[in-house]
Amino acid sequence: MIAEKSHTAQDIINKISATASKVGFIKNDILTNALMQIENKGIPNNRHEDYKYCNMDAVLKREFKSIEQKFTEVKNINSYKLADTITLVVVNGNYSVNLSDKVGLKGLHINSFSNLDSLAKEKIASIAKVNTDSFIALNTVFCSNGFHLKVEKNTALQTPIHIIYVSSAESEAIVNSRNLIELEENAQAIIIERQVVIGKGKIFTNFLSEKFVAQNAKLDSYLLQNEGLLGYSVNTNQVQIESNSVYHNTTVTLNGAVVRNNHHVVLSGKNSEANLNGLFSSKGTQLIDNHTLMDHQVPNCESNELYKGIINDKSTGVFNGKIFVRKDAQKTNAYQSSKNILLSDDAIINTKPQLEIYADDVKCSHGTSTGKIDENALFYLNTRGIGKESARRLLLNSFAKEVIDRIELESLREEITKLFEN
Amino acid sequence: MITIKNLHASVEGKEILRGINLEIKAGEVHAIMGPNGSGKSTLSSVLAGREDYEVTEGEVTFNGKDLLEMAAEDRAREGLFLAFQYPVEIPGVSNINFLKTAINEIRHYKGQEAIPAKDFLSLVKEKQKLVELDGKLTNRSVNEGFSGGEKKRNEIFQMAVLEPKLAILDETDSGLDIDALKIVANGVNALKNEHNAFVVITHYQRLLDYIVPDFVHILYNGKIVKSGTKELAMELEAKGYDEIKKQFETVT
Repeated sequence: MIAEKSHTAQDIINKISATASKVGFIKNDILTNALMQIENKGIPNNRHEDYKYCNMDAVLKREFKSIEQKFTEVKNINSYKLADTITLVVVNGNYSVNLSDKVGLKGLHINSFSNLDSLAKEKIASIAKVNTDSFIALNTVFCSNGFHLKVEKNTALQTPIHIIYVSSAESEAIVNSRNLIELEENAQAIIIERQVVIGKGKIFTNFLSEKFVAQNAKLDSYLLQNEGLLGYSVNTNQVQIESNSVYHNTTVTLNGAVVRNNHHVVLSGKNSEANLNGLFSSKGTQLIDNHTLMDHQVPNCESNELYKGIINDKSTGVFNGKIFVRKDAQKTNAYQSSKNILLSDDAIINTKPQLEIYADDVKCSHGTSTGKIDENALFYLNTRGIGKESARRLLLNSFAKEVIDRIELESLREEITKLFEN
Repeated sequence: MITIKNLHASVEGKEILRGINLEIKAGEVHAIMGPNGSGKSTLSSVLAGREDYEVTEGEVTFNGKDLLEMAAEDRAREGLFLAFQYPVEIPGVSNINFLKTAINEIRHYKGQEAIPAKDFLSLVKEKQKLVELDGKLTNRSVNEGFSGGEKKRNEIFQMAVLEPKLAILDETDSGLDIDALKIVANGVNALKNEHNAFVVITHYQRLLDYIVPDFVHILYNGKIVKSGTKELAMELEAKGYDEIKKQFETVT
């Protein structure tokens, strides 16, 4: 088995080594560990518990037989822009100074990885540990020229930042996109990340973001995934939040051939709060797999999760949410809910809540529900003259609304409503 | 308005309607009474187009068109309305958005433009008054968290807004106190005119004190076993259904 696993990984390494940028900012011992992880563990297949429903080894073998790394230039991203936001653009994994807005905001620093300072170099790969997942390891070895975004101490950014990751290739290609986002003490920011794939070739994106939220800071983040059928991705969000800080994320996945999200939040400071909301809609033979981990390490923290899925045709949805309450994390409040609608007899949803609790004075709960569209409600709408398709739309929109309504930023809420309703 | 001929319907292979014949003309109010399990709600569901029911025999003509051939939404667009015995709660869909969608789909079917926002709002306001429905309820999700009485009033409110040609009220009186009953009845009476018709399905005579029927039919074992005028309802109230049951027990 090991030999078989390593084979896919080795194959990928051979194909992308020649064109990958030589990352100069990752310490040698981490690189060595990363290579060992890939060598020993390979690309995870369905025998790996965490990838049970998302056999990435098989996906990559099947869909990425001839990786050529022939990327195409992207010149115009205007159609993805959002009103009243600062736009940053990453093309094929590389931060594009030309396409990004010139930012002159006090307290906001944006640097491409090629210009990293020594403090930032210390942070990189510090919370996304290479020995926990082969995709983290692969990204750490081959990541392209991403960016470091830092919001300085006591800075509350008034304008949201919209990061557009756009990838485009002639034929099959792999992008190891990465960033490092830091909110220093008492800083506040709204960050929207959007992933799109254009061009002709299938793209496997191995995305990795490390996010640090320091004491008293607040990060509102959004991830909008609309990659289309050329898009295959594993997206790792590794977040660490310190005392009295707040981290919000809403992940909306509307389209993508295979989308795997690993959203891991470490609550490492007292009185911090993390909220993860998710909405995904799959059709055709798509696979959308959301894995979350709330790691409560200290007392008096709170976490909430609400994930909703609409699964159509022969597609598959997965929600695996783990809540980990460590021995010291007394007075933890952790809640999790996963609700799903199956629109066809061939659609599949796998939901797996996992609670691992080692403290005794905690409040934790989880719930999951899966159903079909409510036939009684449909009939009721029909008897008022509302046609089958509109009625279905109304009901699905109302299902999604619970998540969409939690998006505070109006321009984004409207954009997502528009994309969702199409 | 509507002609029902020899209508047979079954659900999961069990025959519930066993040959209904009924003719309703514009301007009329018909009451259909009957004991539990006689087929009252099945009749309203079959007419409204619920797909769980299979029509095995018979025909229904609605304003010259074959009703049974139409999908539920087209029946509504043609002017048929069913006030549900158990109105459905639809979380996340606001009453107002729901009504606007309904009006516009009906208008679209008729080749009309969408209703201007101003006209829609004044229509809603006017009809709310008619059934004394709290304005706050129209902004809430459809029937969600409504009391039993509010749900029923909401049905009549929707009927008032959509102005159907034929409205079927399926046990609208069940679960209503006397005040709510009067409000519902007043709403119906205010909407009644020579161009529309009402079918009031009820178990008890009580509602018929307020909505006075032109004809009363007694449904038993899936058939109309007796028809008459409003006096028939009085008689039924006095004697109960037992006599009817005895008399028609053998009817199959």
